[in-house]
Amino acid sequence: MPDLALAFAAFVLATVAAGLIRVAKGPTRADRMMAAQLFGTALASILLVLSWGLGQPGLVDVALVFAALAAITVVAFVRRAWW
Amino acid sequence: MVTSPTEGVAIALILAGGVFFFAGLVGLLRFPDVYARIHAVTKADTLGLGLVAVGIALVQPSPVHAARVLLVWGLAALASGAGGHFLCRTAWLEEVELGNREAP
Repeated sequence: MPDLALAFAAFVLATVAAGLIRVAKGPTRADRMMAAQLFGTALASILLVLSWGLGQPGLVDVALVFAALAAITVVAFVRRAWW
Repeated sequence: MVTSPTEGVAIALILAGGVFFFAGLVGLLRFPDVYARIHAVTKADTLGLGLVAVGIALVQPSPVHAARVLLVWGLAALASGAGGHFLCRTAWLEEVELGNREAP
């Protein structure tokens, strides 16, 4: 399955790259933070698919860390924005 | 290439997840204001990750491995649900106006 997994990873990575347009344009801070959260979700799915396609079960743990850190980035941003 | 029916279902789910990632991207780039964009990203991308996670969980060697994969989706769903609300409230407190939502 490596070919299919790599093709899927490349496709999702392309959507992440296109999401950078929204980070650059803004116009609000919440827009930029939202794109950052999109990256967390997309990269977790890339890691899950690669763990299967490349036969590396350890990548699932990396995806877990990504999913957990995505929550913390938003909370850190919101704490600065509200108080 | 596809060696079992389970694997075929898994591949179909992963490809469907890719479609939802693309839908989330289109919403992020095209929707008129910050609230609509947050709506697009939190829902479409979380569903995309959920489909991918279920597909990968199907091909794991044991239920414990499958549960670990689904835990990734659970964490991401909690994060994007709560995070989307926080980000919308931030924009609201900063008095971001609604965009033009008239049909073109």
